[in-house]
Amino acid sequence: MGEQEEKKSAKKEKIPRQKMAEQEPKERIKNFQEVPYGFTPEQAMLEASRCLKCKKPKCVDGCPVNINIPEFISLIEQGKFIEAAWKIKEQNALPAICGRVCPQEEQCEKLCVLGKKQKPVSIGYLERFVADYERASGKIQLPKIRPKTGKKVAIVGSGPAGLTAAGELIKLGHDVTIYEALHLPGGVLVYGIPEFRLPKAIVQAEVEYLKALGVKLEVDVVVGKTITVDELFEQGVDAMFIGTGAGLPQFMDIPGEELNGVYSANEFLTRNNLMKAFKFPEYDTPILRGKKVATIGGGNVAMDSARTALRLGAEKSYIVYRRSRAEMPARIDEIEHAEQEGIEFHLLTLPLEIYPNEQGYVKAMKCQRMQLGEPDESGRRRPVPIPGSEFIMDVDIVIVAIGNRPNPLIPQTTPGLQTQKWGGVIADEATGKTSREHIYAGGDIVTGAATVILAMGAGKKAAYAIHKELTGEDLSLSLPKGEDKTR
Amino acid sequence: MPSKIISNEKIAPEIFKIVLVAPQIAKKHRAGQFIILRVGERGERIPLTVVEKDPQAGTITLIYQVVGKTTMWLSDKKAGEELQDLVGPLGNPTEIENFGNAVAIGGGVGCACVYPIAKALKEAGNHLTIIWGARTKEHLLLEKEIAEISDRLEICTDDGSKGTHGFVSEVLKRMIEQKEKIDYVIAVGPVPMMRAIVELTRGPGIRTVVSLNSIMVDGTGMCGSCRVLVGGERKFACVDGPEFDGHKVDFKNMMTRLRVYKEFEDLAKEKYQEERGR
Repeated sequence: MGEQEEKKSAKKEKIPRQKMAEQEPKERIKNFQEVPYGFTPEQAMLEASRCLKCKKPKCVDGCPVNINIPEFISLIEQGKFIEAAWKIKEQNALPAICGRVCPQEEQCEKLCVLGKKQKPVSIGYLERFVADYERASGKIQLPKIRPKTGKKVAIVGSGPAGLTAAGELIKLGHDVTIYEALHLPGGVLVYGIPEFRLPKAIVQAEVEYLKALGVKLEVDVVVGKTITVDELFEQGVDAMFIGTGAGLPQFMDIPGEELNGVYSANEFLTRNNLMKAFKFPEYDTPILRGKKVATIGGGNVAMDSARTALRLGAEKSYIVYRRSRAEMPARIDEIEHAEQEGIEFHLLTLPLEIYPNEQGYVKAMKCQRMQLGEPDESGRRRPVPIPGSEFIMDVDIVIVAIGNRPNPLIPQTTPGLQTQKWGGVIADEATGKTSREHIYAGGDIVTGAATVILAMGAGKKAAYAIHKELTGEDLSLSLPKGEDKTR
Repeated sequence: MPSKIISNEKIAPEIFKIVLVAPQIAKKHRAGQFIILRVGERGERIPLTVVEKDPQAGTITLIYQVVGKTTMWLSDKKAGEELQDLVGPLGNPTEIENFGNAVAIGGGVGCACVYPIAKALKEAGNHLTIIWGARTKEHLLLEKEIAEISDRLEICTDDGSKGTHGFVSEVLKRMIEQKEKIDYVIAVGPVPMMRAIVELTRGPGIRTVVSLNSIMVDGTGMCGSCRVLVGGERKFACVDGPEFDGHKVDFKNMMTRLRVYKEFEDLAKEKYQEERGR
């Protein structure tokens, strides 16, 4: 750091990183309401004042959608919360969502210069604060829409990639229609991420914002079944973005996985989040409420599943993960929330077999202890079984949250759309172009299960590439240079 | 999106026929495929086979049995009202070929699923034998329709009120014992019925296809609710099926899985019946 920044840092030393007030663990495991309450305006301004206003801000390099972070933080410091929200929205259409689900500790906050000597600026909490402030104020600014270009773009999938692509293209004057297979829009935002992490009212508000801009939304349309990609082109679509996501659950392939009471995390979360099974019988979709629930996996989906099981009334909710805490891919905040809520972590543990009771429901699970050996293809140390360490775990529900692969429906019904062997659609990293003319793709359908913010970044890049194809104008120069960011 | 109801009529005890506005589904549907619907905003998603479609009129026809809350609620809806959601066509269409001598077997409301497939088999040039089973003659479905397409028709009722007094499996057994030429069997009905048919054709090695009615949520392969074991492998009924080689299906596991929410279903049905004052 330069001398100037050193002096500033000394001054800032007096201000610790602000904490958002949160629901107490004992209370919050009984409800599905959001865990953090968010900053107060005073906290937000205090936190914003910690920013060093670096001449060469590193934080921006960590943001997959290139938000002007120092600028919006400066506006917050001045108490100009609405303007700060609008500043963020110049680059990111869904700040209320990102502020809640981005792994900031891997992105902007990881590179924060203040973070070298103290705790980094809470960029994520600040983003969330202004997004919520703007929504509550009702002062939602609709950006200027360019004159109509007469070009039609179809967006397949209303998850974060599709919503972002739609938001960019509509502003540029194109005719945009989103096709969604489920009966509600949002993709993982609505079926995967629980209410206590991302209230559905916020997702709905973001979708309404897009509709206010002119985006058309058709739900209950399964592209590939109800209508094919080629039929859409025949109907006059000029370009298409595929954002159909990683909706193909992975199972462990161990004996007993077909028993009643074994759920894929997708099914467990979809029943609960999308279909509101936690409100049965007020809502019709059922879900089994176990007393002892084991969730297999160490990512955000596993944390979401284990914490949901607790809220459904489990006496014990376990995380069973074959590696150690350091290798867990979940957001730090969510691991901490899970620990506070009393979820028991069985790390370096691998399930081997699930046992039934007489009625064919889960009764117990045999596991084995592991130790860490050499790194595998993902770069993480490979777990190796400890001989003779098998033990039986008393459980009645098992949730398999070990990952999702790209949903194969679109590749299977779109001739000429090339995929990797494991199913990911092959798309150019900078533009989203696929092997088919006029078809672009981004998000989990290309990368495999990743994050909301990466999907949004991909949606944005593809939108600009589509715009260039349709009009010749190249806006991609306004996008971050260099490689995509850490996950 | 919401779908308007053209008509919703009782055609047999506990069995209803509903015609819905669905122009895009009517256009794309092929025999063997199904839809998923929700009756209202808090409703669950359930799969039902499309029995008939009219691409000109833009409508589809479903036949369903009232078994629980959702089907009971569905049967209470009137012409002119709307269903909350309707999506399709889902699942793989039946693989139709001219197999030679095809036998289409329906049990109970399963007959409604078999009918469109039987029709497609006939159109492909098969000699079509239809074996139709129901509890009583009042429960027999689509009799006129199957009489029009079958080369040979065998009706069975459990109580003997019409046709053979007995199960569809007994008729098939007779045909096999008499060494009649059978190249292909499709059977849809209660799981015990499909199991019985499959055991009859296993020995003689007759190609047998069954259609599975697993519990579903999304219907597009993303949750695994409908997973079944086929030849020891995990398959999803919604995207790998709904039809499978009957000789490879683990029916025992399937029956266990179908019961998973029994208590919830009973509760929901009771609650609905109370609310409706029945």
